[in-house]
Amino acid sequence: MTRVSMKVDGVEYEDDVEPRTLLVHHLREQLGKVGTVVGCDTSNCGACTVLMSDPEGRQQGVKSCSVLAVQADGREITTIEGLSGPDRTLHPVQRAFHEAHGLQCGFCTPGMIMAAVDLLQENADPTEDEIREGLEGNLCRCTGYQNIVRAVQEASAEIRQGAQAEPAPPSPRAGEAQTPDDGLPREHVPDETIPQPVP
Amino acid sequence: MTITEVGSARRRKEDARLITGRTTWTENVTLPGMLHLAILRSPMAHARITSIDVSPALETKGVVAAFSGRDVADVQGALPCAWPVTADMVHPDRPPIAVDEVKFMGEAVAVVAARSRAAALDAIAAIEVDYEPLPAVLDMEAAIADGADLVHADKGTNKGYTWVFDSAEAGTGGDAAAALDGAEVVIKRRYVQQRLIPAFMEPRSVVVDPTGDAYSIWSATQIPHILRFLISVVTGTPEHKVRVIAPDVGGGFGGKLQVTPEELIAFVAAKRLGRPVKYTESRSESLVSAHHGRDVIQDLELAARRDGTVTGLRVKLLANMGAYMGLVGPGVPILGAFMYNAIYKFPAYRFECSGIFTNTTITDAYRGAGRPEATYAIERLMDELAAELGLDPMDVRRRNWIKAEEFPFTTVCGLQYDSGDYDKATDRAMELLGYDELRAEQQRRREAQDPVQLGIGISTYTEMCGLAPSRVLGSLRYGAGGWETASVRMLPTGKVEVVTGTSPHGQGHETAWSQIVADQLGVAFDDVEVLHGDTRTSYKGLDTYGSRSLAVGGIALYNACQKVLDKAKPIAAHMLECDPADLEFTGGQFRVRGNPDGGKSMADCALAVFAAHDLPDGIEPTLDADAVYDPVNFSFPHGTHLCATEVDTETGRVTIRKYVAVDDIGKVINPLIVEGQVHGGIAQGVAQALFEEAVYDADGNLMTGTLVDYTLPTAADLPSFVTDRTESPAPDHPLGTKGVGEAGTIASTPAVVNAIVDALRPMGVNDIAMPCTPERVWRAVQGGAA
Repeated sequence: MTRVSMKVDGVEYEDDVEPRTLLVHHLREQLGKVGTVVGCDTSNCGACTVLMSDPEGRQQGVKSCSVLAVQADGREITTIEGLSGPDRTLHPVQRAFHEAHGLQCGFCTPGMIMAAVDLLQENADPTEDEIREGLEGNLCRCTGYQNIVRAVQEASAEIRQGAQAEPAPPSPRAGEAQTPDDGLPREHVPDETIPQPVP
Repeated sequence: MTITEVGSARRRKEDARLITGRTTWTENVTLPGMLHLAILRSPMAHARITSIDVSPALETKGVVAAFSGRDVADVQGALPCAWPVTADMVHPDRPPIAVDEVKFMGEAVAVVAARSRAAALDAIAAIEVDYEPLPAVLDMEAAIADGADLVHADKGTNKGYTWVFDSAEAGTGGDAAAALDGAEVVIKRRYVQQRLIPAFMEPRSVVVDPTGDAYSIWSATQIPHILRFLISVVTGTPEHKVRVIAPDVGGGFGGKLQVTPEELIAFVAAKRLGRPVKYTESRSESLVSAHHGRDVIQDLELAARRDGTVTGLRVKLLANMGAYMGLVGPGVPILGAFMYNAIYKFPAYRFECSGIFTNTTITDAYRGAGRPEATYAIERLMDELAAELGLDPMDVRRRNWIKAEEFPFTTVCGLQYDSGDYDKATDRAMELLGYDELRAEQQRRREAQDPVQLGIGISTYTEMCGLAPSRVLGSLRYGAGGWETASVRMLPTGKVEVVTGTSPHGQGHETAWSQIVADQLGVAFDDVEVLHGDTRTSYKGLDTYGSRSLAVGGIALYNACQKVLDKAKPIAAHMLECDPADLEFTGGQFRVRGNPDGGKSMADCALAVFAAHDLPDGIEPTLDADAVYDPVNFSFPHGTHLCATEVDTETGRVTIRKYVAVDDIGKVINPLIVEGQVHGGIAQGVAQALFEEAVYDADGNLMTGTLVDYTLPTAADLPSFVTDRTESPAPDHPLGTKGVGEAGTIASTPAVVNAIVDALRPMGVNDIAMPCTPERVWRAVQGGAA
């Protein structure tokens, strides 16, 4: 067991974890953050996407199935459950998904929303193609993506409008967009770290 | 009654819990003392289990129990098939955990229960199994050849059934063989519907909690009611001791229309151990063990005159059942049988389908279930006929399709199509696409020998929704009826609880059902709560599949509302001191006709029956009402989808330039939800045309066993679709709705493939196998040019 501490949705946690524990399993099973879900075992679907701070404190989208809990030691994490404000006001991206009917069954939605938040942090005013490319790591089987794209466009407009009105945008991260290179696996994690049934 | 809600694009009630991560998926259910299951699965397609030893698993830390199929052979029961399509259908018993022999890769062979999922997964790795390989039966035609190896040696055949419909024999039309013999033109083609995987985003999950002699079962299922009934039948547990809860369910597309081995395994484990258990599959397990879809070889012969008039159609199918018969798997091609004549006035038709066993994962319902296959076949054939005759493919269709004034129309299959206007939908679609301009551009590109060619694909489809009139299902040997149920409960404060027998998993019933009730009872949209998916609150229902929920369940709800109004009326009259016959219900109030003032609302009536101090003599003090609706007919949505593709003849890359869908699904309750269903449906049909295929190697190993290899389309792979509607209300019921869940999937696959073939036809290409990957398109171009 290894002791890890992390701040998740504004709350400090300190727990012992097996070194092989994935961040998503730690979030779900130890911290009760079941809003973040698991849709695959090859880091293709993105349903488990959360925001995690890098060593400089900037929050970046990560697939929490591709991060070990021990790698998140000392980091700050925002899940879908911590995205709305303290008074439970919805984040503009959450609101836009509702308004634009950007979800049906809703299973991909937590990851899709977090990926969209991440995308808009890096590109405040994306084109349709940029949105489609930007969300390529998140699979949805219900919507055909069209209303998800629309939701991100609407959220983008709202956030930019809000930023004009007041300088601080309602965003969990206030850093500049940069390509993360902090040694964390973002797309691929060796098979042995993913608990899988035999064969 | 005043209509304000129906037809409005209400944002969904379901969203609040889903966009905040505050919902309950089955995997989120955690009970005190719960054990986690892991399943060891067969690595071989066909093998004898010569020895299996679970004892090493028991020595692993945290493990409570481990058992093989042999260990539970007497108690695990067999998985049900609810649709034995013929009296002599071969239906081998399918044990939830294989006993002595495995018949497809991914079949369960042993189970471990442990204190954590990680411990259970560690432990299954320790189980020792020896397999003696047996020949794997994979190819359907080889499977029915003389001397073929057998999937089920004791059955003596790999053919599960042969089901025939012949319009001459049925008396619904002419003789297809005669039409073909005397035809001026015959188009003969073989099309292959590749094997697909429904790939709902939420992996299947089940929790079973044994309490005394009763069992609560949470399952990520589309069919909580059917599951309860069949768990009871299969395990011998009294039905009233079984409660099934389908909480929020993350997609289904037919893939969760199944009673699964995993549900029975969890049940057996919970019963054996006396403790709650949970099993959640990994995605890799899901892809290999949850049922697959399609996998049909279609041999087609179309007879026509030289003017393009079709005179007959003969269809012969081989349908891959996989290793066993699924819950409704044998019936899936039969659902398609009635759709090969599509929107056309074919005078003669013969259909023959054989269900074939192979050593593969079972196939069963996948979005459209039989109807996409049929629509693909006929819409491809109509293009081929037009090409053969040098006619415009739209003109050939128009020549053959049913005209608006000919409804209701009895087809060559004996179905009565309810309503529609194919010309109107088609004209609108052509306008939205810019059909004529694109044809002109296509001509220019052809003349210029542009390496990027343009193709226009047409798909004019209909489908049968609203499964189904119970009598029809009975005549097809389906094991259940097709009715649906609804209850409306008036609470004392005027709020309304609705219980529905449908079981949504993304379709937004809570929203749409609220809209219907709000209008009918004159209550606020927000004052309606829709309850579903728990057999304790909703004890009766037939669940959600086959675009049936609104077309059947919505009518049950409408009828229940009318009963509530009927009960409220004498109470309102009593309060207003008037004759009930003098009352009308408008703007949410019972009012004396001609007097706009001083009405009584449903809330007034609800409070009156709650107090029950002063009710008319002999009145039962309740407004609550139930209704069960058994449809008198299917409903028949239709539409025209047009797809313009650019095909790079040098790389084989296909790009959808524009996709237009004009659907006629009758009256619409919520246009936003409808639009979403159409988008998602098109995406899945496009995926069949371009991206997806479940592939087995020569030994029966599933090669597309992860989402790396089974390529679901991403946002970057799809365009935005242009959608519009025409509206031909369903005439058979008061809501006029038809059903939309499968329309997009049914229509889009042939639209895309027709477009690709259309682009390449001058190069001699007249078919490309699905999915039309760049490699296949490129090869077709090379072959066609050679």
